[in-house]
Amino acid sequence: MSIEAREARQPWILLAPALTAIFLLLIVPLLFIVVYSFWLRSAVGADTPGFFLDNWKAALTDRFYRDILLNTLKISAITTIACALLGYPAAYFIARSQGNKMILLIMLMLPFWISYIIRTMSWINILGVSGALNSVLMSLGIVSEPIQMLYNETTVILGLTHFLLPFMVLNIFVSLDGIDTSLEDAATSLGATRWQAFLQVTLPLSLPGLAAGGLLCFVLGAGTYITPVVLGGPRDAMFANLVFEAIIRQLNWPLGSALSLLLLMVLGVLVAIYNRYLGMAQLAKGLG
Amino acid sequence: MSAVSLTNIVKQFGTFTAVHRMSLDIAQGSFVTLLGPSGCGKTTTLRMIAGLLDATEGEIAINGKRMNDVPIHKRNLGLVFQNYALFPHKTVAENIAFGLNYRNVSKEETQRKVADALELVQLPDLGARYPKELSGGQQQRIALARAIVIEPDVLLLDEPLSALDANLREDMRVELKRIQQRIGVTTVFVTHDQTEALAMSDQIIVMSKGRVEQVGSPEEVYNSPASEFVAQFLGASNILSGTSLGIQGDELGLQIIDFPRLVIPRSRAPQITGVGPAKLVIRAEKLHLVPKTAPADDRLAVAATVENVDYQGQSARYFLRVGNHALQAINMIEDHPFETGAQVSLRFRAKDCSALPGGTSHDAQ
Repeated sequence: MSIEAREARQPWILLAPALTAIFLLLIVPLLFIVVYSFWLRSAVGADTPGFFLDNWKAALTDRFYRDILLNTLKISAITTIACALLGYPAAYFIARSQGNKMILLIMLMLPFWISYIIRTMSWINILGVSGALNSVLMSLGIVSEPIQMLYNETTVILGLTHFLLPFMVLNIFVSLDGIDTSLEDAATSLGATRWQAFLQVTLPLSLPGLAAGGLLCFVLGAGTYITPVVLGGPRDAMFANLVFEAIIRQLNWPLGSALSLLLLMVLGVLVAIYNRYLGMAQLAKGLG
Repeated sequence: MSAVSLTNIVKQFGTFTAVHRMSLDIAQGSFVTLLGPSGCGKTTTLRMIAGLLDATEGEIAINGKRMNDVPIHKRNLGLVFQNYALFPHKTVAENIAFGLNYRNVSKEETQRKVADALELVQLPDLGARYPKELSGGQQQRIALARAIVIEPDVLLLDEPLSALDANLREDMRVELKRIQQRIGVTTVFVTHDQTEALAMSDQIIVMSKGRVEQVGSPEEVYNSPASEFVAQFLGASNILSGTSLGIQGDELGLQIIDFPRLVIPRSRAPQITGVGPAKLVIRAEKLHLVPKTAPADDRLAVAATVENVDYQGQSARYFLRVGNHALQAINMIEDHPFETGAQVSLRFRAKDCSALPGGTSHDAQ
């Protein structure tokens, strides 16, 4: 075999284990789900194989599903904006800090060492009826009865922001860290104030990182299942909860499949738009 | 009135003192170079003038006005960085217009000034390009155009040529000097490259370890180094320990072991006051190798052995031994360079030597 032919084969040999795993564990099950979504659930329990569009019709036309889908997108959008507003200053601070950058980054990663569920549940100890905040308010005499702060949309957004903020900070940090600090120096030497230099130079140059962080937060937020269960009320279900409901509670695999594919497609379109304008390379940078 | 005046400037970073009590006056329209090895405090000094660093002590004045508490964006200085620092998301024209946007300049006026600046740096057609589409040399010209279009009081250049490759660097050196003379802006140039400093400056400030070693014209610092450091840093110098035999009129007598007695001009040894230990400084290119058998001429002669040859094409650097002294000589090559081991006669003129007061023995290696 020629050297060129061997070199051409080498990437595929290196990728083979990962591609095999992805194919068997992701592509194949996904194809099962696609097939399932066209089956029909019968009342007696056994699903009817075939090509029926009933599930898709329900998923696409039922107002109940549509409202929850829109609500899911709304919650992720608000969360993403909150993460951007909270994350940008933090990322800027880390990127511009001298010396202790590594320590700050490790502190940012620290929450990942604790289970996401535990982190979400910790809000119950803070905001719950006998939680920290109510105890303080009561002992200060500001309120006489504990306030019910949990189990609404705000707490869902709070929990999601808590979960997603590090992803946003990391992405913005990576893009800020790549910006030469002498650019801001140059801008100020030309007459711009620090703030003008930031708006004119640093902010536009960090937008790719902001967009990558935004995409990641939005997609992860829209697919979330645990946060609304732990911190939301009965009316705060998000789309992943619907899928759970359909598959686990109602044992309606065909409908659950159609719903989960619907969410996948909506998020897929968003990723495609992002990729069209900014490219996936930026996302890879932020994750690495 | 000085364009820039530093009075007893001190800069400390924690317990480290980067600049020790430096005072300096820079004349209007002159091209002044801060020259020294990395870590000598030259860039720190420049950044203090620019307003990117605060002086720990002392006063910085530009055109007679105290600047210590004036923020950088109000100092009206042109700054050019080693890495160009062009805004990658703006076109060349937008980059150049950046400073004008903060100066109440009308749109038409801005366009005209940008075109003029592009003309001045000889890149009139590149306004619509983005910085990453330009070569290193072109980027540096645009950075210069961006800094001078605002008509700064002082132009500050922080190693602007060191990111360029050798040939381009020489072209840019000439170009930079041409532009500076054309617009007549007072310029402070920071470099570690002695050739750049000698070629471009009206005045050179040689710095080492946060202190000024010598201030003078290129010829002064090159021919009459005020310290061993300056002698070593500007080109290859031989420094030989010896004894001053005293001053007679305009002349100074020097005795170096293994050398004939030397009489050098008094002006080349301003720091020596009388009899005592002294050091002879002679530049490597002022020592000429001739065959041992060559007839005597009007130059001083001393026998030497070639220990090593560093062949450089048109010239060669010879490592020589004269008694206990190790010397270097850089000579143009005629026909063939001398070979290692050759016994030669070393010829030089006393007027090319200078002398410094000296204690300990320190031969150039």
